[in-house]
Amino acid sequence: MLHAEVGVQRGSLALDVALDVAAGERVAVLGPNGAGKSTLLRAIAGLLPIDRGVIAIDSVVVDRPPDEFVAPERRNVGVVFQQYLLFDHLSVLENVAFGPRARGVKKADARRGAAEWLERLGLSSYADERPAALSGGQAQRVALARALALSPSLLLLDEPLAALDAGTRDLVRRDLRSHLSDFTGATVLVTHDPVDAFALAQRVIVVEDGHVVQAGTLDEVAAHPRSRYVADLVGVNLVAGDVRSGVLTTPAGARIVIADAADGPALAVIRPHSVVLARSTTTPSGVTSARNLWHLTVVDIDRMDPTGSRVRLRLDGELALAAEITVGALDALSLAPGDRVEASVKATDIEVVPS
Amino acid sequence: MAPTPRRGARTTLPWPALVLAIIAVAFFALPLLGLLWRAPWSNAWSYLTAHDSLVALRLSLWCSLWATVLSLLFGVPLAWLLARVEFAGRSVVRALCLLSMVLPPVVGGVALFFALGRRGLVGQWLDRWFDIRLPFTTAGVVVAQTFVAMPFLVITVEAALRQHDVRIDEAAGTLGASRWYTFRRVTLPAVRPAVVAGAVLAWARALGEFGATITFAGNFPGTTQTLPLAVYLALDTNPEQAIVLALVLIAVSFAVLLGLRDRWWGGARARRVDATRWWS
Repeated sequence: MLHAEVGVQRGSLALDVALDVAAGERVAVLGPNGAGKSTLLRAIAGLLPIDRGVIAIDSVVVDRPPDEFVAPERRNVGVVFQQYLLFDHLSVLENVAFGPRARGVKKADARRGAAEWLERLGLSSYADERPAALSGGQAQRVALARALALSPSLLLLDEPLAALDAGTRDLVRRDLRSHLSDFTGATVLVTHDPVDAFALAQRVIVVEDGHVVQAGTLDEVAAHPRSRYVADLVGVNLVAGDVRSGVLTTPAGARIVIADAADGPALAVIRPHSVVLARSTTTPSGVTSARNLWHLTVVDIDRMDPTGSRVRLRLDGELALAAEITVGALDALSLAPGDRVEASVKATDIEVVPS
Repeated sequence: MAPTPRRGARTTLPWPALVLAIIAVAFFALPLLGLLWRAPWSNAWSYLTAHDSLVALRLSLWCSLWATVLSLLFGVPLAWLLARVEFAGRSVVRALCLLSMVLPPVVGGVALFFALGRRGLVGQWLDRWFDIRLPFTTAGVVVAQTFVAMPFLVITVEAALRQHDVRIDEAAGTLGASRWYTFRRVTLPAVRPAVVAGAVLAWARALGEFGATITFAGNFPGTTQTLPLAVYLALDTNPEQAIVLALVLIAVSFAVLLGLRDRWWGGARARRVDATRWWS
């Protein structure tokens, strides 16, 4: 478990983030590039001493300025770096055995342990390969095995999927999700992609300019983004369900027609601004190109910032959905909480991610 | 204008530049051809195996190998210091340590003499306290050779250390590796090609050392007369032997440069995770 109050001054970036993660819990730190996410991770790993605050791992203080500081090699933390940073001159097996060897485990024992990790991650056939011979997804799994080989109580992942191309990313994400759910320690992962956060973490903290702007479960944050920025970042509708011949069905029974996706469990990504609203009572629903039409109820209306021209509506019914329309459109429809609306989305506006 | 045959990019050099380049090649090739032309091929073997030649050759190899070992021992940590540690006056220290590359070796030898000679700045204490006298000894040859050779190793290894991704070392740290363990198991293997290249260059430089050696260590057959010194001396007494010994030096140096061509001239081969490959 991790308790961190991290205060770091790095040039123009002032990072002040508090974070508590229990054993077995997975927290995503979500934010744009330059928000200080990686700096936070480096501070927790011990690669960057903090200027203010305290970091404790398993209730042991590892960093508290001005005098307490435990070097990275003596913290029980595993790190998966964005570029994986495998040792090119060592074989895959030796990479995974590196941590135990550095901690003084006998060579034969370290290699046996590493072989077991490779087995678990389905990499046994690559044990003697050099990292350069691996694909991106394989390299990521080796980096994960290398970090886990020391049985850390805390696992840190820095943009674990950012180095992969789009086609690979979905498969690796699913793979990573199952490996992370086997891990019994605390996990902190840094990402700029809400889909990664949704798939891999139970809780999210959104960091902007070095500060936490919102925290909670991804559902909570997505439903009530407290700023324009958070709305843009995490305010996408992520609807989990099962795809069968072009239709994703949610556990609640709602049907979402999608353009094209393979059958199986998947995540539909619906952007709030692509949801079109109409009043159920006044406007008769004509035939449109939108393949999806749901009859929903307005739960609340959120003017995210007083001066902004857009509003965000939370809708519920067969499907919980966030929609974003202009103030003008809201006035024209004269919507209020409790009203019935028709929400429609073109199938081609929905992105589908296998999960 | 007559069309020129298309034979790839190599023929696209404008002809005035090509002519100048060919003259430059000839400039380097001609002295070698001159030696080969005058070489006493029929007696070459006997000159080579003459007692004084063999003594000089053995001394040269012995001293230059020691100079290489010392260059490695002190040069790698020095390169590490220059590449990784930020301190005030680092560029001054670097310039100081590389000075002997550009200094006339004779000047280096004179400077060594006033530093480590029997009346030198440090030498007088070496003599008085430890009974160590370096000038005009075989150890002096090694010192002189190390003085001129080590910078070649230092700049080669420093460049490689600068290109080495510090984050790789950090990754080792997060895996429980101490600084020393990281240096031995991660950093050093990563820059090993540069260490090898630097060591070979330093060795070749030490083998060919003349000026600093003759100034600091003198020219005594069997103790300080290395092969280059023997060549110079033989020019007066036995030019044919000088040519044969010179050819030996050239052959060794040429072989070293050929052997190094990929490592030293080929540039760094950066390795990155190929993220574009298909996951399988």
